[in-house]
Amino acid sequence: MPMAADEIETMIRAAIPDALVEITDLAGDGDHYAARVVSESFRGLPRVQQQRRVYEALGGRMGGQLHALQLTTACPQ
Amino acid sequence: MTEDARTRIDTTVRSNDVVLFMKGTPLFPQCGFSSRAVAILEHLGVQYESVDVLQDQGIRQGIKDYSDWPTIPQLYVKGEFIGGSDIMMEMYESGELGQLLQDQGVATAH
Repeated sequence: MPMAADEIETMIRAAIPDALVEITDLAGDGDHYAARVVSESFRGLPRVQQQRRVYEALGGRMGGQLHALQLTTACPQ
Repeated sequence: MTEDARTRIDTTVRSNDVVLFMKGTPLFPQCGFSSRAVAILEHLGVQYESVDVLQDQGIRQGIKDYSDWPTIPQLYVKGEFIGGSDIMMEMYESGELGQLLQDQGVATAH
């Protein structure tokens, strides 16, 4: 069962409230997404830690229910 | 993760400078993300060991626990987890990945 884009966004924002989340459905099939997540809380964290926080927000769905999520994280400019 | 899987992963990442855990092989990647990771390493002209997790269920699950990272591919340099394909791409584009390899004394062609 794939996840809807707004479901992904909701989960990320629930865990990282200040996050700006941009989701793109890459293939139009509801199963291949790109997400860009921008949060002040990422500042000073290495990329691996930033992305781990997003994966944690998705509560274990990554790599399972959510197969293909191209992920970019950043701090606000 | 089984003790056996941990030992095998540990041995692999410690005995090779650069290791890519991926789906499929460099010649026949079985997933777009793994394919992208291979392309980056080929562009950098770095020698690396690849492990096809599809051939080994113990490693496939074990590597996710080992790195606390839910997805494959995963890149290791000198025993340290660097990231998945998105991080590899960002670091490649910014020149950080080439720099990291250089700093770690790993030969690259570029």
